Amino acid sequence: MATQNVNEMLIVTEAPHTRGKNTTSGIMLDVIIALIPALIAGIVVFGFRSLTLAVVCMVSAVLFEWAWCKILKKPSTVGDFSAALTGLLLALNLPVTMPYWMAVCGSLFAIIVVKQFFGGIGHNFMNPALAARAFLLTSWAQAMTTWAVPFSKTSIFSGADAVTSATPLGMIKEGMTDSLPSYMDLFLGNIGGCVGEVSAVAILIGAAYLLARRVISIRIPGAYILTVAVLAFIFGGKDGLFTGDALYHVLSGGLLLGAFFMATDYVTTPYTKKGQIIFGVGCGVLTAVIRIYGGYPEGVSYSILLMNVVSPLIERYTVPQKYGMVKVEKGGAN
Amino acid sequence: MRLKGKTIVGPATFKGGIHPNDMKAATCKRPIVDLPASKEMVYPLQQSLGVPAVPCVEVGDRVLMGQKIAEAGGFVSAHIHSAVSGTVTGIEPRMTVSGIKMNSIIIENDELDELCDDIKPLDWKKLSPKEIVDAVREAGVVGLGGATFPTHIKLSPPEGKKIEYLIINGAECEPYLTSDHRAMLETPEEIIEGMKIMLKVFGLKVAYIGIEINKPDAIKKIAEFAEKEKDVTIKVVKLKTKYPQGSEKHLIKAVTGKEVQSGKLPVDAGAVVDNIDTCAAIGRVFLYGAPLLKRIVTVSGDCIQTPSNFRVRIGTNVQDVIEHCGGFIKPAAKVIIGGPMMGVAISDVDIPIIKGSAGILGFSADMVAKKKVQNCLRCGKCVEGCPMNLLPNALKDAVIKEDFDKLNKLGLMDCIQCGSCTYVCPAEQTPLQYIRTGKAKLMKARQEAKK
Repeated sequence: MATQNVNEMLIVTEAPHTRGKNTTSGIMLDVIIALIPALIAGIVVFGFRSLTLAVVCMVSAVLFEWAWCKILKKPSTVGDFSAALTGLLLALNLPVTMPYWMAVCGSLFAIIVVKQFFGGIGHNFMNPALAARAFLLTSWAQAMTTWAVPFSKTSIFSGADAVTSATPLGMIKEGMTDSLPSYMDLFLGNIGGCVGEVSAVAILIGAAYLLARRVISIRIPGAYILTVAVLAFIFGGKDGLFTGDALYHVLSGGLLLGAFFMATDYVTTPYTKKGQIIFGVGCGVLTAVIRIYGGYPEGVSYSILLMNVVSPLIERYTVPQKYGMVKVEKGGAN
Repeated sequence: MRLKGKTIVGPATFKGGIHPNDMKAATCKRPIVDLPASKEMVYPLQQSLGVPAVPCVEVGDRVLMGQKIAEAGGFVSAHIHSAVSGTVTGIEPRMTVSGIKMNSIIIENDELDELCDDIKPLDWKKLSPKEIVDAVREAGVVGLGGATFPTHIKLSPPEGKKIEYLIINGAECEPYLTSDHRAMLETPEEIIEGMKIMLKVFGLKVAYIGIEINKPDAIKKIAEFAEKEKDVTIKVVKLKTKYPQGSEKHLIKAVTGKEVQSGKLPVDAGAVVDNIDTCAAIGRVFLYGAPLLKRIVTVSGDCIQTPSNFRVRIGTNVQDVIEHCGGFIKPAAKVIIGGPMMGVAISDVDIPIIKGSAGILGFSADMVAKKKVQNCLRCGKCVEGCPMNLLPNALKDAVIKEDFDKLNKLGLMDCIQCGSCTYVCPAEQTPLQYIRTGKAKLMKARQEAKK
């Protein structure tokens, strides 16, 4: 090959000339894969309507994202799968009986208001799926707190005639502690609740996948869950301090789903290591306070949303110490 | 404490860093082959950090192999020697690796390899430290890891600074490159000799050689030779395989546990770090009386037919080196001098190998496909990967805003430009590119403030 030919084709760029294998779409896809066990558990416990609800949320979220980019003549960001992930997370945070049109409203709020109004992927300051959940809870409180009885038949088309039950945390709040489900029920998912939050084991399988793939680190979920467990043990008991049931609090409600899948959202959480620990502890304190002392039985979504808002502040105060900033030891060189 | 013990210690490491695929399998088993010189040898006058050298030959002169053809142009500068015998046919601007034309001495190779009389072994044991440093200076030795810092300056620490640690850098953390690995396997005696000479210069008894654990055979080989030494102690420090372990500051951290203070030099932390090939070059200055005429170059990449390690005479044409590997098997989209993380992409393969050229990589279009830049996800992978514990994404934002106060606070100037942040970014962002721009802007702003 002649020199001239070679030179004509050469690309000149700055170093580095090689890139890692991580991609945005790969990360989003990994999280979607990790949520599949939780979705399957939802389908097993609440029936096929769990799947149709997830499909409705995902398709509508993707459509809203696509339409927004189209209308604003921006390059489409549908291909990064982040909208699909938001839709799936939203579905997993809804009761199975949620009317489809309300779920679509949730997708609209998540994608357009929370995400795109602020500049699209990477710029939203709250987790879109959780913000949409909060929006739905204020708009249609009744529909958002109607819990189907596990393994009762819920019609795919209308969820209205389902037999309703209460969530374990709701029972605790109401003082119905005699009929509480067992640990095993909590672990496997034989309880009332949102589609994706009922089975602890399914969530943990997904979490293990994300940890193994290094998509998330244990810092936020670890700090979060540990804080809730400790506070629940100290303050959560009826018979005074240090009588609470930590394990029950960890396994019930949306804590595991929230800790592993929503409190680890890159965009809305600190990127400094110390900041991540503080974020997790903050979420844990808020969740425990809402659960034990608040008016709501569950506080995972509000806790994460509140901590999302203070993330930039946490980041500012947790800048890591740079290399070369340590004081030189006495007696050493220099 | 971590350095007490037997010949092999470790594994040691530093905080942060990344794990790129090392791609060394293609060449790590390929012995170093001596490459014939080009017909026309080109010697750019700027081959080291600092000021360019000044020619001491004229057009038409006959020069011998090993003869000095350019004098150091100042304190931070190095002599240049001809690696062939032949005739000076010109002193004119020629294209160089940096993409600009630079004044160069052109020598027509007569292929006789007639040796210069000055080349004879020196017994360093009889020389004073100052005489040793002078001999190294005379031989034009510079750091062969890529930074090309003149070695005689490293060997002369400023008044009042005491050197405690002599560390030889065998980390070779850049993917693809295996020249240091091969040198450790093939010429350990030259490396050990170089270490002993430097120990004498600094008046030390213990030297460290850091080698990443992906080179177990090199660790074993060097340890074998180290154990034969009776008068001095040579310790092999195993290093975890992680980029950029070969960075001077991170090698010092791994070996001594100390950090070089921000804005200071390794010598301020009492450490001197020299690359394997540099150390061997110092050894050769005394073993054979040889000035720096050759260096080891790894030629690799998916376009190269036979990836190889060559001992190349400085001044040889890059195109010739590539042809000795069988040329390109598919069209090269990018040719890099150095490694893929910190090397320089060239626009023209008709350039000479200079003292700092550690590798030649030929990448096809699939390896360098430009991907669309997406929004930053704030995933923090760049923060986790930064070996200097900086916030590359925040630096990038501050560069865009030209917020110099913030850039100073975030430690812009501490960036060692290793490229880890850009490497790990899932959104195809290029924080390092912004950081480089920011450094240039900050320097300009500082200069303007002085006026």
